Amino acid sequence: MIPRPFELHSPSTVSEALSLLKNSKDSKVLAGGQSLVPLMKLRLVSPANLVDLGKIPGLSYMREEKGHLLIGSMTTHNEVATSPTIDRKCRTLSEAASLIGDQQVRNRGTIGGTICHADPAGDIPAAVVALDAELKVAGRRQRRVIKARDFFEDVLTTSLRRDEILTEVKVPVLPPGSGGAYLKLGRGASDLATVGVAAVITLDRAGRCRDARLGLAGVGPTPIRASRAEDVLKGQTPSDDLVAKAAEEASESSNPSSDIRGSAEYKREMVKVYVKRAVRQSLARVR
Amino acid sequence: MKQVNLTINGQKYSGRAEPRTLLTYFLRDELGLTGTHIGCVVGKCGACTVILNGKAVKSCTLFALQAEGSEILTVEGLAKGSQLHPIQEAFWEHHGLQCGYCTPGMLLATYDLLRRKPNPSEAEIREGISGNLCMCTGYVNIVKAVKAAAGKMSPAKKPKARLSRASAP
Repeated sequence: MIPRPFELHSPSTVSEALSLLKNSKDSKVLAGGQSLVPLMKLRLVSPANLVDLGKIPGLSYMREEKGHLLIGSMTTHNEVATSPTIDRKCRTLSEAASLIGDQQVRNRGTIGGTICHADPAGDIPAAVVALDAELKVAGRRQRRVIKARDFFEDVLTTSLRRDEILTEVKVPVLPPGSGGAYLKLGRGASDLATVGVAAVITLDRAGRCRDARLGLAGVGPTPIRASRAEDVLKGQTPSDDLVAKAAEEASESSNPSSDIRGSAEYKREMVKVYVKRAVRQSLARVR
Repeated sequence: MKQVNLTINGQKYSGRAEPRTLLTYFLRDELGLTGTHIGCVVGKCGACTVILNGKAVKSCTLFALQAEGSEILTVEGLAKGSQLHPIQEAFWEHHGLQCGYCTPGMLLATYDLLRRKPNPSEAEIREGISGNLCMCTGYVNIVKAVKAAAGKMSPAKKPKARLSRASAP
């Protein structure tokens, strides 16, 4: 179907974009449009004004600085997925990006867009929560840095204010002795996650788990950080039994709803399966 | 209404569009390039796939105004006169279509895939065209066609001039 009529604004700077958001009624940011445009076509949302970030230079970049990966909010999923640096330094993130949607979606969809859209079954939100990423946000009067863990408030709801723009995602480089993975159960091609697991495991020289991070997608109104499951692993030498115990704990921490992707019971069971697999994959990748 | 200027299949085009005019409708209704198809509402089926500035995109998820100044390849740009593109030949020879509705999108998704992976495995082919849905074929012959197209386009083979039996429209 055709969206309702609206005004399209194509600012050339972040300041201009912020002014437009502030001064126009019922305005929404347009990034890659892979979530927003289908919603507008179904007329589930009909903003009167779209502020297209696509013509603003300098919002799409990936660089490493002082132990962090800095990724511009308009960087596409394919750019993140195929970046040798991100793959080497934070496999969890590049793998999550590579499993989003399909090739066409990944060519337009952006890391900032998917984070601000905050679909509970989104892959990147779970990954950035697991990775303790920081989100740089620009407003007209101030810039803020919001921890990913504090950003996702509810289904499709974040702490981003109506007149703010996410400009950068800052992800810590995985420390030595780490392995990371992102695994996803979907209904087939081009889907969001029925269950998604973002994992990072860090081992010390004795092979004990120095740190463990687990982010779950699709099993709650927001991504879930499975801290109790992480605590099961921390300080211990990983074994099949230990990993199974952590997976069980992660499943108990999840809060899935029954929907077209599966029953709550099924999803809770799949959390167990996929946490086990994600932890094993992370351990296999430790270096 | 605004004027939109862009390059499609190497030619300059100009047309008018409202902000809400999706690129697919602009190509079809305003510019008469009806090779790009509309298969669904929700950006899933991929029948509307075009190559925009070198990247495969679903044209129904973009507004025409966003494509101002871009370079686009549509299915009409694959054949050169009556000479089919190797991908089109392969789909023809291996019966990689039935009703043909998904085919323009499939051809361009294949074009995009083979530029990134000139010799894809079956798994890579299935993943590479996973943004394109086909209700007729069950994908088996499509996968065969893509594999054959990769073979035709491999640098080891000398390009052969092949003419289609059907006359160009």
